[in-house]
Amino acid sequence: MSSSADNSKMWTVRVRKATLEKFEPEDLLPDTQPAYVSSWIYVFGVLTIAAFLMLIVSGLILTLEGPAWWHTSKYGHFINSLHLWNVELFFLFMVVHLWGKFWMAAWRGKRTMTWVTGCVAFFASIFTGFTGYLIQTNFDSQWIATQAKDGFNAVGIGAYFNALNTGQALLIHVSLLPIALGVIVVAHVILVRKKGVVPPIESSL
Amino acid sequence: MKKYDASKKWTGPTRPYDLIKEATVAFVVVALLSIGLAALFSSPDEKAVTLQSWSQAAPADFVQTASGELAGSTISGQYGPPYNTAADGQQLGPIKVAKFMGVRIPINTANDFVLKPLGTLNDPVTNAAIARWKAADAKTQSGWATDYTDALTKASTAVTIADTNDKYGPVPTLVTSLYAMAKSGALDGALTTSDSPLPTNFTKPLLFLADSGSYFPGLADAQHLSGDQWGVMNETGSWPGQSWLWLYSLWYQVDPFKSSGNADILVMSLMGLLSLGFVLIPFLPILHRIPERIPIHRIIWRDWYRSERKNS
Repeated sequence: MSSSADNSKMWTVRVRKATLEKFEPEDLLPDTQPAYVSSWIYVFGVLTIAAFLMLIVSGLILTLEGPAWWHTSKYGHFINSLHLWNVELFFLFMVVHLWGKFWMAAWRGKRTMTWVTGCVAFFASIFTGFTGYLIQTNFDSQWIATQAKDGFNAVGIGAYFNALNTGQALLIHVSLLPIALGVIVVAHVILVRKKGVVPPIESSL
Repeated sequence: MKKYDASKKWTGPTRPYDLIKEATVAFVVVALLSIGLAALFSSPDEKAVTLQSWSQAAPADFVQTASGELAGSTISGQYGPPYNTAADGQQLGPIKVAKFMGVRIPINTANDFVLKPLGTLNDPVTNAAIARWKAADAKTQSGWATDYTDALTKASTAVTIADTNDKYGPVPTLVTSLYAMAKSGALDGALTTSDSPLPTNFTKPLLFLADSGSYFPGLADAQHLSGDQWGVMNETGSWPGQSWLWLYSLWYQVDPFKSSGNADILVMSLMGLLSLGFVLIPFLPILHRIPERIPIHRIIWRDWYRSERKNS
């Protein structure tokens, strides 16, 4: 058996040490926060994440009996309604959060990546929401698909992402995009916890 | 007084904080709010349109479109990449991205939307019409189908035009057979299963449907979903749609985008540029200073500034 001293050069050990050094438990789950974090605007970040979790829950229930189930089941229709209103709340919270962070100039103090990951999460959410509209398997999805194809085709994306291919949109919506969005959101939250909440502009403490 | 370095770890006054409690309360609030909204307002579900329902509700529009597919004169027939080479696709100045990407989803409207589905019928009269069509040269085919499409359009409500002088060749037979096939529902099946017996790709029936001259766009117009009705961000009925696409939708309402044949590539490129600019605000001069110049932060942090004034 090799000693711990021998293991110290292994990449796995080095990754563990670097992670523990960078992300102290106190940073990730603090029991205090700066006194300036005292406004309703701060609620919208956590509300966005709560709505995202609700979207995952309602979305997972919708997957159980296939994409057309909700047309014929009252319970399915309710879950679809829940998913729709989750989407509306998710975007409402996220847009308020985003504008709040803009007016706080929240990229200050080496927080550029926090801003960038937040914006990328917003645009990834727009595409995720859009693919959701494509897989409704009703008139709305038919119309959106036939109109949106022109935008994608015009910029060459349509050659690979075909809005009229419901199967492609369905798989992307329920697998690739939620995973990608989840990773971006986790990265964003870790950055927020690691860098801390941006202090007030012109604060002189 | 010296300004606080925003990159340093906060060493000033703090307040108690319970992140797990905050997240739990937020989740419960959002869950209750969503359940309440879903129970109160439900969600829309306008039934999907089929080639069968279209042919039954608007026969003249269907046969005009079907004849147009044979002539290659419909939106799909004239589209260009990624479906065919009838056009170059939209361009941004000299840049033709669609053409560069090429024909990735080949569609020949006459073959894919009319002749192949009709071939599945195994009807001797229809098969003879298909054989006559295939034996003719492209110019003759185009002449027959274009003339027949024009005659149907002129007749407005007719589903067939008498052809005593054989002016339209096999086209009236082909279109009439396709119309009967559509009414029975067989055309929907033939188009959706043309690539796979267990279909998940609806490109062909949807492209055919989108070629409809009046029926399909009329349904969208009635649901305020058309482009000039800010349709990109609307939903059927009175439900809220993708309101976050308001800026994308806005460009389609104004010139030069509204009247441009390259509106889609112009709007997509502009939105791509604006989105990139939004992400890169921290690096953009002037823009990254806006929050300091317009003191909305004074409202957000009013308690903090008040306590700072008191302490000083």
